[in-house]
Amino acid sequence: MATERRTDIGPPNYQNFLPSVIKKNYGKWKYHEILRPGVMVHVAESGDKLFTVRAGSPRLMSIHRIRKFADLADKYCDGHLRFTSRNNVEFLLTDDSKIDALIADLKELGHPVGGIGNAISNIVHTQGWVHCHSAATDASGIVKAVMDDLHEYFTGKEMPGKLRIALACCLNMCGAVHCSDIAILGIHRRPPRILGGLNKVCEIPNVIASCPTAAIRPATVEGQATVEIDEENCMFCANCFSVCPALPMADALNDGVSIWVGGKVSNARSEPTFSKLAIPFLPNNPPRWPEVVEAVRNIVEVWHKNARNFERMGEFINRIGWPRFFKLTGIEFQKEHIDDFKYAGLSYKRSVQLRH
Amino acid sequence: MAEPGKNGTPMLDELEKGPWPSFVTQIKEAAEKNKMSKALLSLLERSYHERIGHWKHGGIVGVMGYGGGVIGRYSDLPEEYPDIAHFHTLRVNMPTGWFYTSDALRTICDIWERHGSGLTNMHGSTGDIILLGTTTDELEPTFAELTANDFDLGGSGSDMRTPSACVGPARCEWACYDTLALAYDLTQTFQDELHRPAFPYKFKFKCAGCPNDCVASIARADMSIIGTWRDEIQIDQKEVKAAEEAGLNIQRDVCNLCPTKCIEWDGKKLEIDDENCVKCMHCINTMPKALRPGKDRGATILLGAKAPIVEGALLSSVLVPFTKIEPPYEELKDMVERIWDFWSEHGKNRERVGELMQRVGLGNFLEAIEVEPTPEMLAHPRENPYVFYEEYYEEGDEEEEEEEE
Repeated sequence: MATERRTDIGPPNYQNFLPSVIKKNYGKWKYHEILRPGVMVHVAESGDKLFTVRAGSPRLMSIHRIRKFADLADKYCDGHLRFTSRNNVEFLLTDDSKIDALIADLKELGHPVGGIGNAISNIVHTQGWVHCHSAATDASGIVKAVMDDLHEYFTGKEMPGKLRIALACCLNMCGAVHCSDIAILGIHRRPPRILGGLNKVCEIPNVIASCPTAAIRPATVEGQATVEIDEENCMFCANCFSVCPALPMADALNDGVSIWVGGKVSNARSEPTFSKLAIPFLPNNPPRWPEVVEAVRNIVEVWHKNARNFERMGEFINRIGWPRFFKLTGIEFQKEHIDDFKYAGLSYKRSVQLRH
Repeated sequence: MAEPGKNGTPMLDELEKGPWPSFVTQIKEAAEKNKMSKALLSLLERSYHERIGHWKHGGIVGVMGYGGGVIGRYSDLPEEYPDIAHFHTLRVNMPTGWFYTSDALRTICDIWERHGSGLTNMHGSTGDIILLGTTTDELEPTFAELTANDFDLGGSGSDMRTPSACVGPARCEWACYDTLALAYDLTQTFQDELHRPAFPYKFKFKCAGCPNDCVASIARADMSIIGTWRDEIQIDQKEVKAAEEAGLNIQRDVCNLCPTKCIEWDGKKLEIDDENCVKCMHCINTMPKALRPGKDRGATILLGAKAPIVEGALLSSVLVPFTKIEPPYEELKDMVERIWDFWSEHGKNRERVGELMQRVGLGNFLEAIEVEPTPEMLAHPRENPYVFYEEYYEEGDEEEEEEEE
């Protein structure tokens, strides 16, 4: 006998997943304190306490690892845990005497505890070569290499303020990296190839309309309708490839990584702002992308050494000025740093307030 | 020469070294019991040698009756890697706030062990549980088991994407409204919009409880709902003094960093000129025991954030400076419907609502969705004098005007 097919039920109700201390004190938290790297306590108006232990994860996880997290949650947290918006896993405890043992078990499993307060939290990132058709670089590999290098900043090395790193493997930015203290962004640098039989798989008017610089025009080649591309006007956004698989962009010789700095989403002190271009291009050099790791560490260290208390990357650069940022980091300033798309003029310096 | 990936994974093995948890170890753990994950390991090793991805554009695959929630993915080397010729992703709508019980996590794991690669992302960029890699045949059985266990798919393509929320009042004293309740309500109210793509492009909601915006809603959500307050910051003077005694330099690290310089400290009493406070959160972040947001709480609603494709990246901009956020959220949902109606009518293919707002102009957009313009919506009034007045008087008009009154 056929049973009715269930659809449109939505996710399970989150209320069923909340620990009892949260149910009891929901909306009645009074304050929190960071007790040590990766450990904080929230104190409710009732006096109840909730301890959180935050551990880093690679985001890409097997079911076997997730089951181990579930076992830890059973052992220490009455079966409750959560994940954060930056892919950390958080264990929620009411008994602080269990914290040390939990941290020891997490370390045994290979998950560092940290990322709270003035720290480098986990790097939010995209799929890369693991699963994406439009990737200009890998995501997980660079994240692993960068976090290996910076992990002391996750686990407790003191910093002036928060530092958020994000990685997107192409301009589609599934990782929405455009408002990060440091953004690692995969880029293409070669115009799309035009595969034969394009008109069989793509709607040519859609392809033409997809180009923000009108660089794609209709054409006829050997009696077949197709398109031609004015390569000088291609800025490698890959929007045409998104609407038409017959226009592949990926190219091992030309794809790579750019580095952007100074963005933030929080409203604290200064308003949310976009990241700005620091390094136009670094090569794809797997498995450990040493040029990218070195570039990120350099920027982190310049900020770490020179920023004032609570200054985010962008606030620090605004105070010292961009020319001095390039000088302190030793990054070469190039033509590519100058915007030439819409509203480019808004980024020109329009005063004589310069440091000489 | 040994073919990359078929004879060990020397490049990926390098990424098992070092202190940060390794995704390669995770793929290997799954590969021990699953041939898809094993094949993925080989293909990824090959990508590392060739410095290029090996995935093709998604095709149209999904579960019956839905248009979203599954990302079709095919290898461009199906003969060489037959086990991952199809490697589709299911997006599973996460529990709001990413709270789980161990049993719920095990349920997901068991389903994915039976039907897919055993690999996941916890979580995807929009917030869903990502079940990474299965074949077309397994989609419907996976879906049946998910729904039998009260899970459902999230969004993809030109639909409403899975709404997400910060931890909110579940564990944060700064939550100015119930982010979890709102995100869950929007998700349930708009199930049809979530599962059946009918918009010009994607539409994301993100619910952040305070201006710290831990879900990055102002950068990543078409509609960003960010908690705030409109009365006085609550001050505990004893705790201010205690913070100073614990080593905080209040003048330098709090007062001097206030964006409107509305906070003063004379060593005994902290005073805030709340009329000039812009709710940036810095002083509260710095002294969580001494300062708390006010009691008259609600949210600012902003519209239009997106990543660069196509017309350039945008941050959301203010649509409603302050509103109470309380169930059943009718006012908010009515506004959402008006926005969707206008966008569906006038939006171009793959045009996000933020781009539409720019193309038609904020003034016209506001008229269309029946929202009154206010100065809070702008950083500053226009600088250019080319105003599109829509009407002008002709001789004799004045009398008619008076008659109408």
